Amino acid sequence: MEQFELAEVVERYLTGEMGPEEKHAFEEMRKNNPELDQMVVEYHFFLEQMGRYGEIRQFKSNLYDSHHTLQESGEIKELQLTTGTRIINMWNKYRRVVAVAASIAGITALFISGMMTLFTPKTPFRDIEELRRKVSNLEKQSSNQSAEFNKFKTKIAPGSDVKFGGTSFLIDPKGYLVTSAHVLKGAKKIYVQSIQGEDFLAEIVHQDANSDIAVIKINDQDFESPKQLPYGFTRLQTDLSEAVYTLGFPKDEIVYNEGYLSARTGLEGDTMSCQITITANPGNSGGPVFNKNGEVIGILNARQASANGVVFATKSKNIFQLVETLKEADKDINIKLRNNSSIKGINRSQQVKKVQDHVYMVKVVLG
Amino acid sequence: MAITEQELGLFKAIGNNDKAAIEAVYKENYSLIQHFVINNNGTEDDARDIFQEAMMVLYEKSRLPEFELTCQIRTYLYSVCRRLWLKKLQHSRRIETQVENFDRIVQVEEDIEEHDKLNLQYQTMRTAMGKIGEPCKSLIEAFYVHRKNMLEIAGFFGYTNADNAKNQKYKCLVRLKKLFFAQYKNA
Repeated sequence: MEQFELAEVVERYLTGEMGPEEKHAFEEMRKNNPELDQMVVEYHFFLEQMGRYGEIRQFKSNLYDSHHTLQESGEIKELQLTTGTRIINMWNKYRRVVAVAASIAGITALFISGMMTLFTPKTPFRDIEELRRKVSNLEKQSSNQSAEFNKFKTKIAPGSDVKFGGTSFLIDPKGYLVTSAHVLKGAKKIYVQSIQGEDFLAEIVHQDANSDIAVIKINDQDFESPKQLPYGFTRLQTDLSEAVYTLGFPKDEIVYNEGYLSARTGLEGDTMSCQITITANPGNSGGPVFNKNGEVIGILNARQASANGVVFATKSKNIFQLVETLKEADKDINIKLRNNSSIKGINRSQQVKKVQDHVYMVKVVLG
Repeated sequence: MAITEQELGLFKAIGNNDKAAIEAVYKENYSLIQHFVINNNGTEDDARDIFQEAMMVLYEKSRLPEFELTCQIRTYLYSVCRRLWLKKLQHSRRIETQVENFDRIVQVEEDIEEHDKLNLQYQTMRTAMGKIGEPCKSLIEAFYVHRKNMLEIAGFFGYTNADNAKNQKYKCLVRLKKLFFAQYKNA
């Protein structure tokens, strides 16, 4: 039997088109022929599928027609979306894209800022140490004792809280001194102590946080003005490698240190200050920086915490500028900065001997 | 809510492929589904596809003698559409989606699973039909889909008599059967 003939027979059998006799004969054949039986089962399934396929196709076409008819008669209308819904629709549709784009932007921003942090030099604020000195109780005691020993009666009221110390030096014989502004931070009373250990009460004339310079004036009847200061101030740029020295009070005694100018600018290229390689400690702040001619080239004010011996000094020209503005603001202030030094040409230890009388320790009393 | 005789009649008529009944149910329920789909990020085309698929589920259920309609056709259609649309949204977005509720719903999860199975068989046959080529495709469709008798078919296709047409039809059927089972085993 040809395949397609068999198909016909099976279909006739399944659709019940066979007469009773023929059907009986066919069923006998199925029983004796398992191959034929298998074929019938297969056909049965296939024709069922075929029938269902036809019906579904029919149903789908009916659905399609219904949709079309209802649309034509106007019973089904396309919904007009309101703008709001449309925007929400758009948002919902593209929010993943937006989210991805936003995250990429965010990650990029983070990455860039990360790179910035990585490659920029360390922030100056943590890296710098202001060289004012914390006065410990022990030091205070020894200071008081040495003052007693030297027969100078300290003027600082007993029990006063001397917190910080620094260095200052005269810029005018009338009792005007300069120091670093940060030394005086939070000061209620200021005393300056000479190398002989005598205290003088002083008051702030002006402080400029920007250049870190403060001008103070000794306001004490015991103070005897020197006739003349041995040193002058220079506006000139100091050459690199030029030898410099400083005097200061990192402890209760005056301390000499020397070094050289290592850069014309200060931290991060700050043109108001210069960089000196020198040993400096807390308490050196406000100390004068002299060149070999005994001219003040600046005021020592800070050191770099992360580097050894790197110290910064505010240039002398800032003192000139500050004094100029002070004189303009107040006619009573009569400060004259010397330009040339009388100690020029003499050797270093002789210079220091003459200079040290005009360098004072600053004692700051807080509250 | 009690189901009216009219509802049951409509439901049965759907199973019998009754065009008037299909149109009536279509007219009654389409706008609800349309609003639901479009308000939940769908388009006009999505609404039509989802509604027609739900109608298919209704049709399949109607043809099952053991199935009993326990809610209104409207509720049933809405429940199916809601489930189908959620599935589609989850499939395309791969995230948990919340949709607004427009009507009360009944459990249709199993019905949809059943529908998916039947739909797969339908697609298998459709693929096989796509591969068989002309004139076999038209011949078979004329007989099994459009329910023409062999005489009409012979006239339409230009065979001299019905028997020749019939022989051709069986030849085509044998080929289709092979294609169908090849597809069916792969699926």
